[in-house]
Amino acid sequence: MARTIVPFGPQHPVLPEPIHVTVTLEDEIITDAVPALGYVHRGLETLADIRDHVQMIQVVERVCGICSMIHAACYVQGIEKMMEVEVPRRAEYLRVIWSELHRMHSHLLWLGLYADAFGFESLFMQFWRIRERVMDVMEATAGARVIISVNVIGGVRRDLDDDQCKWILSEIEDVEKQIRQLQSTMLSDYSVKKRTVGVGVITKEQALELGAAGPCLRGSGVAQDMRMLGYGAYDDMGFEPIVENDGDCYARGAVRFRETLQAGEIIRKAIAGLPEGEIAVKVRGRPKGEVISRVEQPRGELMYYIKANGSKNLDRLRIRTPTFANIPPLTAMLPGMELADVPVIILSIDPCISCTER
Amino acid sequence: MELECTTITRETVVDEVTKLKNDGYRFVTMSVVDLDEVNVDILYHFDKDLEELNLRMAVPKKEPVPSISGVYFAAFLIENESKDHFGLEFDGLVLDFGGTLYLEEEVQRTPFCKYGVIRKDAEAAPAETA
Repeated sequence: MARTIVPFGPQHPVLPEPIHVTVTLEDEIITDAVPALGYVHRGLETLADIRDHVQMIQVVERVCGICSMIHAACYVQGIEKMMEVEVPRRAEYLRVIWSELHRMHSHLLWLGLYADAFGFESLFMQFWRIRERVMDVMEATAGARVIISVNVIGGVRRDLDDDQCKWILSEIEDVEKQIRQLQSTMLSDYSVKKRTVGVGVITKEQALELGAAGPCLRGSGVAQDMRMLGYGAYDDMGFEPIVENDGDCYARGAVRFRETLQAGEIIRKAIAGLPEGEIAVKVRGRPKGEVISRVEQPRGELMYYIKANGSKNLDRLRIRTPTFANIPPLTAMLPGMELADVPVIILSIDPCISCTER
Repeated sequence: MELECTTITRETVVDEVTKLKNDGYRFVTMSVVDLDEVNVDILYHFDKDLEELNLRMAVPKKEPVPSISGVYFAAFLIENESKDHFGLEFDGLVLDFGGTLYLEEEVQRTPFCKYGVIRKDAEAAPAETA
């Protein structure tokens, strides 16, 4: 049978950021898929050579706009571990609140893009309309919609007062109510299921072997989420990971949909248990040593490897983002599927290319 | 604070990694650290039930390193990235972008080497453009 090679991307209506996949087809069926990167590579890790360890917070926040707060949280957590800084408990709770707000808006953004990928424009608009409410909460509490810059080494730079907490709770309740109104459409609609069920399947064994992370891993039945480590204040949240077993696009979508609602629950718990006290401690000196810091981004496990020698600049900063981990699994999701499924499958890993290439 | 690592060598890396795969470890990533003019540290990071495990190998920059992409296919991406950034060569890399995963062909320097190693395949080229 004759083979056809179709270049998918880097510019495609369904792709928010540029990635190229060389898709080999026999008739309409994909037999091979090879990804190519390099369209938005910035080399941000090397800025550690010229920026000091405090300035690097602003750099890592810009690795990715959508999960900027969680990048910074992971980085400062690593530096704090290296410098043996005891972060005030209130600051750890505040980090949880902003992290989950980030997760909520990231998942809502993805749910909209995903709906757009399978041609459900009104669903796309509904998810993005709801997301604006979460962005408003971030703007009101941190002063910015996207890059909220709340993390400092030793704590956070902003606090929440009682009135703000009450307002956040009422906003979150309303957001959750609106998300639930879309639940039957997202999870039970015939058209949605037709485009996502049984599409882009990876088994539990494949997901583990190919190093999948986040909803791609949990959508294939692996109950692994870095929040289970109990970092920050997550040990007080009674966190349980959300898992689906089918390993297809539908399962990955269902994990994210349910995690969006779960984020609301965690925010409620964090606000209810928010302890009194300081929001930051003063940190003096420079880091020295070698650590790994891991947290759960909306897209999955984020890992920072940091090496420092006590001088102004870090020796090495290595950032492993979840989309980087989910590209090898993507090459296993595509073979056997039809060309028309490619946009939906690529979107199903929630690709963040600015994260991947840094 | 030092990272807990098991030290391995170029001769043992593939066997060690194969053993971890058979024990159910998930490959997380690799980190390359430029040590000096001659050597780099390569750290291999794994995970099993949320427990991390690290292997460390110090190697000369200019000598090829056995690829683990034959054991863990997922390693092809980070090995290609390390090739772009540090000019490392990996023997047996299952999907080799030839140093152009991120960089264009005309980029001859390895941008993440603090000590300015020129990429092997570009050594003969007359001009350095980056």
